[in-house]
Amino acid sequence: MTKVTMTVNGASVSGEAAGNTLLVEFLREELRLTGTHVGCDTSQCGACSVHVDGKLVKSCTMFAAEADGTDVITIEGEAAEDGTLSTVQQAFQDHHGLQCGFCTPGMVMAATALLKENPKPSEAEVRHYLEGNICRCTGYHNIVKSIMAASGQNVEPMAAE
Amino acid sequence: MPKDNGIGASLKRREDVRFLTGTGNYTDDISVHRQLYVHFLRSDVANGTINGIDTAAASAMSGVVRIFTGADFEGVGSIPCGWQVTDRHGEVMKEPAHPVLAQGKVRHVGDPIAAVVANSLEEARNAAEAIDLDIHELPAAVDMRKALEEGAPLVHDELGDNLCYDWGFVEENREAVDEAIKNAAHVTTLELVNNRLVANPMEPRVAVGDFNRATGDSTLYTTSQNPHVIRLLMGAFVLGIPEHKLRVVAPDVGGGFGTKIFHYAEEAFCTFAAKALNRPVKWTASRSEAFMSDAHGRDHVTKIELALDADNNFVALRTATLANMGAYLSTFAPSVPTWLHGTLMAGNYKTPLIYVNVKAVFTNTVPVDAYRGAGRPEATYQLERVVDKAARELGVDPVALRRQNFITEFPYATPVAVEYDTGDYNATMDTLETMIDRDGFAARRAASEAKGKLRGLGINCYIEACGIAPSNLVGQLGARAGLYESATVRVNATGGLVVMTGSHSHGQGHETVFPQVIAEMIGLDESMVEIVHGDTANSPMGMGTYGSRSLAVGGSAMVRATEKIINKTKKIAAHLMEAAEADIELKDGQFSVAGTDKSVAWGDVCLAAYVPHNYPLEDIEPGLEETAFYDPSNFTYPAGAYSCEVEVDPETGKVTIESFAAADDFGNVVNPMIVEGQVHGGLGQGIGQALLENCAYDENGQLLSASYMDYAMPRASDLPLFKVDHSNGTPCTHNPLGVKGCGEAGAIGSPPAVVNAVVDALQSAGKNVLHIDMPLTPARVWDAMNG
Repeated sequence: MTKVTMTVNGASVSGEAAGNTLLVEFLREELRLTGTHVGCDTSQCGACSVHVDGKLVKSCTMFAAEADGTDVITIEGEAAEDGTLSTVQQAFQDHHGLQCGFCTPGMVMAATALLKENPKPSEAEVRHYLEGNICRCTGYHNIVKSIMAASGQNVEPMAAE
Repeated sequence: MPKDNGIGASLKRREDVRFLTGTGNYTDDISVHRQLYVHFLRSDVANGTINGIDTAAASAMSGVVRIFTGADFEGVGSIPCGWQVTDRHGEVMKEPAHPVLAQGKVRHVGDPIAAVVANSLEEARNAAEAIDLDIHELPAAVDMRKALEEGAPLVHDELGDNLCYDWGFVEENREAVDEAIKNAAHVTTLELVNNRLVANPMEPRVAVGDFNRATGDSTLYTTSQNPHVIRLLMGAFVLGIPEHKLRVVAPDVGGGFGTKIFHYAEEAFCTFAAKALNRPVKWTASRSEAFMSDAHGRDHVTKIELALDADNNFVALRTATLANMGAYLSTFAPSVPTWLHGTLMAGNYKTPLIYVNVKAVFTNTVPVDAYRGAGRPEATYQLERVVDKAARELGVDPVALRRQNFITEFPYATPVAVEYDTGDYNATMDTLETMIDRDGFAARRAASEAKGKLRGLGINCYIEACGIAPSNLVGQLGARAGLYESATVRVNATGGLVVMTGSHSHGQGHETVFPQVIAEMIGLDESMVEIVHGDTANSPMGMGTYGSRSLAVGGSAMVRATEKIINKTKKIAAHLMEAAEADIELKDGQFSVAGTDKSVAWGDVCLAAYVPHNYPLEDIEPGLEETAFYDPSNFTYPAGAYSCEVEVDPETGKVTIESFAAADDFGNVVNPMIVEGQVHGGLGQGIGQALLENCAYDENGQLLSASYMDYAMPRASDLPLFKVDHSNGTPCTHNPLGVKGCGEAGAIGSPPAVVNAVVDALQSAGKNVLHIDMPLTPARVWDAMNG
């Protein structure tokens, strides 16, 4: 076990982690930040997506020890202090971009990263960027719509009817 | 202007805030003080005899608390099956035992053999690798046709063969159907496979068992769509725990799609082991474990024959299906290919004679049970494919052929024992044809051809049955459960309401939608109503959520309980205003006396019920809490018309969905935003089945698709934006809300639309392709074109 120290959602945290402890296990078990989810064991589903030093990372692909000294943002760090939802979070609620909510933290983290890289993505660009995030509930329609809306684009033509 | 409250409002979901901020409470988020972890050692062969399990070395390893095997479960009940089918010879189905941990034999890859309980998951996994297993591998029964042959390997030796049942429906019609087909002007025949699928909710299954030695109470936290059903099945049939000593909690559940209805061995194990060890025991499935232990879906092989007269009227339909049960009978498995499938074979058409034969087959594969639609997608797929093929053979327009044979008068009793209460199939088809600009298709096809692509259009109908009931009927059909739903409505002294429902939300949005109904009934803001679900400790016995039943059945129970509340509050209001009860009106949260200006507010009446100083104590009790159980008198019958337009690349066989439209009749709609979301999700799964998904076994029973690397889940780039419409609602006539259910429609109606479209595209290039089995991968399409 080694001591690992990192900044998570703006606060410095440290804990004990074995060499093979994944970042997602450290977040969920050690820090009890259970918003980051585990949906597979092959790094395909993206439910565990977080930001590490500003980059979108599947936290099942990184050891906790590798994240030593980094700045990590999880879904718990996305809303404002007073609880106000981020633009992306609010768009997901406004456009019904989630159902069971299990993939949602990863989707929000991915969408937030996308809009930082590409503030006005096309529908095709959104779909391509979400390649690493699987949702089983929504058929992606409203996720794409939510992200386009969060980017400030008109989503009226994407109305369901 | 759209409503902002009550029935018909697209209210934003209140549950979203916790899911969007990482503060949901899923079962794996629950950690109980002093909990242990279990890892299951699972069979890596499909069929084998267990000669020995040596756990000595493993038991001595670091952190191991105890290793359980099948021997520890002798005297413990079998995992029960909840539906007994009687076959066409009057015999009840064969029902083999299903032990919690394998006893004597393993019967599918993934069958749990031993359970290692340790202080950490890592220690449990490491010790499992040190267990010395002596298993003699046997030939496996995998392919259903071969499994029924004489001399096939047996899944259950004691049964003598692998046939679970041979069901005929309606048996009395069989000879008449045969005769009609023999004499018909035209018969279209189609053999097809309804591919095996894995439901794959994004949250894998989890179970946490806990036991309180001081009280003798057991608690199970589990990823379930129906915690009361789990409590009954596990308590009464497996572990022998009376319901008052067993609490089952299904908190936030990350999707179900049917596969979280069933009672699973891991739930029973964790509950059993927690008591045996006096420590909480937690199990979290990995995704690969989910693939080999969650009940699978579909897996039918069917021959269907449609007979038409010289005027193209459907005169008879005959189908013969092999339905895979897997190695054991999962909770509702026997009902899926029978009562949830045969009863829907009339579809939207007035075919007068129908006969359905289903042989259910045991194989050395994971058990197969209900998956989104459950039997109804299988019925719709074969029917809508054979109608399309008939239209092509006869050279008639496939929509015109459907319209000609539509049922147009309701109520309509089909020859397969059900009565459709309402519907308007021409209306949904009219809307669909407008939505898709059918007249513009020729130009779009020309544009595709100009760039070297083929374009096809597939259109079909569907009907489904939701809210399966009534209980006394399903009991006659073999259900070992009632199919009512319950609700307790508790009004607090200050006027707020809490509804405790037996329904369970795992993505459907009950917490938002149910309050809309009560808000409408009483005239309150929906924020005055809170929904409690998912815990047997605080809600009345309920049957849970599946089969698109929540609003039609659970919502109806809530309406009935709320009506009792309103009746009682009217009595109180009459007393307070010194008026006759019959003159009391309730509107916008105010009670008034008809024809006067007297009124009293909702909150004042509620307070009077709990502070009964000025109160008719001689007539009614204080307090304001009512429970209702609602048992529907019939199924509901959502229906609609779907369309898919595809482009096919003739060079590669790759299919691209260019557009998809759905026109549905769901009866009345409470929250249009949520209804549309349900349709989107169903379409995603149905298109996934048609183009991508396939659960594959090799001939030895090895599961080839056991991860997201080899089971193709639909991704964002695989699906289009959907056009959906639900403006043609014909309200259900027999439930108080007039609702029909919308959860499964998308998954039922979409697979035939995709396949019809691809066949149409290939035909446009002069290819004599009349059918391709799903999934329509590039390889299969290319092979069909070039075969």
